[in-house]
Amino acid sequence: MKKSTMIDLLWVVTRRDLVLAMRRRADVLTTLIFFVMVVSLFPLGVGPEMDMLRKMAPGVLWVAALLSSMLSLGRLFSADHLDGTLEQMLLVPQSLSMLVLGKMIAHWMVAGLPLVLMAPVLGIQFDMSAEAIGVLILGLLLGTPILSMLGAIGAALTLGLRGGGVLLSLLVLPLCIPVLIFGTGAVDAVSSGLSVASHLSLLGAMLVLALVFTPWVTAQALRISME
Amino acid sequence: MLEVSNLACSRGDHRLFAGLSFALYPGQIMQVQGVNGSGKTSLLRTLCGFMMADEGEIRWEGENIQSLEEDYFADMLYLGHLNAIKDELSALENLRIAAGLSGRQLEEKDAIAALRRMGLKGRERLPTKVLSQGQRRRVALARLLVSDAKLWILDEPLTALDVGAVGLIQELIAEHLARSGMVIYTTHQPLQVDGVEMRSLSLS
Amino acid sequence: MAINWFKYSAPTTFYSLAGKLIPWFAVAAAALFAVGMYIGFYIAPVDYQQGEFYRIIFIHVPASILSMFLYLIMAGYAAMGLIFNTRLSAMMATAIAPTGALFAFISLWTGALWGKPMWGAWWVWDARLTSELILLFLYLGFIALHASIDDPRRADRASALLAIVGSVNVPIIYFSVKWWNTLHQGSTIKFSGTSMHVAMQQAMFIMLVACWLYAIAVILARVRSIILERERHTKWINELPEVKHVA
Repeated sequence: MKKSTMIDLLWVVTRRDLVLAMRRRADVLTTLIFFVMVVSLFPLGVGPEMDMLRKMAPGVLWVAALLSSMLSLGRLFSADHLDGTLEQMLLVPQSLSMLVLGKMIAHWMVAGLPLVLMAPVLGIQFDMSAEAIGVLILGLLLGTPILSMLGAIGAALTLGLRGGGVLLSLLVLPLCIPVLIFGTGAVDAVSSGLSVASHLSLLGAMLVLALVFTPWVTAQALRISME
Repeated sequence: MLEVSNLACSRGDHRLFAGLSFALYPGQIMQVQGVNGSGKTSLLRTLCGFMMADEGEIRWEGENIQSLEEDYFADMLYLGHLNAIKDELSALENLRIAAGLSGRQLEEKDAIAALRRMGLKGRERLPTKVLSQGQRRRVALARLLVSDAKLWILDEPLTALDVGAVGLIQELIAEHLARSGMVIYTTHQPLQVDGVEMRSLSLS
Repeated sequence: MAINWFKYSAPTTFYSLAGKLIPWFAVAAAALFAVGMYIGFYIAPVDYQQGEFYRIIFIHVPASILSMFLYLIMAGYAAMGLIFNTRLSAMMATAIAPTGALFAFISLWTGALWGKPMWGAWWVWDARLTSELILLFLYLGFIALHASIDDPRRADRASALLAIVGSVNVPIIYFSVKWWNTLHQGSTIKFSGTSMHVAMQQAMFIMLVACWLYAIAVILARVRSIILERERHTKWINELPEVKHVA
């Protein structure tokens, strides 16, 4: 038996969560279908004028991505909480923060990445230009991991509570507002011929901040919730 | 060595126990006894560091477990009421992941050997959701075989096990104690380990 | 003279100290409210651009300031409670939240009342109003999380962590909302005068102090009732004259 390192732990946890997600594919698909449905409802609600839809597209896609990632966050820790695995996870001898980071990465790959891949198709529905779609995807690539990471804090705090799902959204959505603003701002900027560098670099800076702090905060939240 | 001094714990407003002191030395085994609701599980969870004690201190090899944190986790193994196994994963995957979480890389052949010893031959690669309650408990208990932790904290390890499996667990505990391991456990079924003094601690 | 400050951080001593202080703060707050209102409504001159409508700032501005400071103070107490594990700090954080939320709400309400005559709309997506709205959401999240956890220890610690995360986020949110607002060239509430009349300044200052005193009085009263509830099984609570009397 070999002693394992932090990176091994990260790998074990991420792979485990991905395998579990693949054996419960319905859950992954539900989130994606929800995303597509919410986005498709907007033209039905506000009318099919292309000019307006093109203008609304980044906001609609981002808000829908925000909502669908909230939807899948409830499961991030609750399944492991119910069958006792989370107790074992709190006892990892390497680093709980690293384990949490592994779960965040897996959550993003299962719940965030499919939305990013789906976004171009939906962008075409809204008649977005190729350039705008490109920036939208870049923004989503930088922003959706932040949503998973902030959401993990909320998921850890609301672990095992009645009405946890709604409460989770109440806690996390306000914290996600900057991501929404810079993500949609980037697309607006490119549509009006401005530089997108500042928006995307701010999103990048937030991603780095989130990577540094949220795993540790989530780990503390888990310890509080499991007491 | 595990030392507990003057420990007090409560759940909400209710004081479970206070002034609890004991020490557990290598090669010793201790059963925590008490009626339902006397705080057996809470004591074990406090010893794991999940719960913070109201008063008192828990020391492992002379140092407070709150300051040791992860170094302490490397030396201990906890088995709770819940099996901590995933229905969607096979027994083999469950065991290897559990070992990974406790900081050890487990080769497939070692994992299979451990599962076979637990009487799960031929079921290693089945998803655990098709296994019976007792078989799942065996999967969870297989962790005892692949761990090199010094301190075992076992909460009702014998639940759902048949006579053969109970015998096997007694064997495992005897081996662990012979390696100068330590065990602290709760149970409602009698557990016999030959040639070892069975200490007990009553919570009232 | 050495004062033992730690003595007052124990709920036992704090309970009686707070009981003695509350009337003073309450009376002072009421008196200053009366003076501030009088100066604000009768002495301060009419603004040449906004007419009489501007007078709502005497409530709007102090409420906004209080709502923001109270969040930071709340997060500070929450952090102290988490780090030093002091019971009183967590109780203070819990007690501050409803007052902070109330001030955020008043700030939004008066902002809307001000907006209607100024822009002909009850709500404009002004950067400051939007930030205030998000601040209200943060307060509501804190209160909702605390209320949905039954175990008081877990409730204190979980909501404390949330408050700290929120307070780190507040500057980022404020900055991003401001950025968003300039990008979309939204309207901004600006007070016309660089030369604010002396009476206006006085009224504003007095109202601000009155709001602080009110907040302190209410928070102390709330902490007292939280102490009573949390420590109801302890001996000293049951020996208090007011508790004995009821029992």
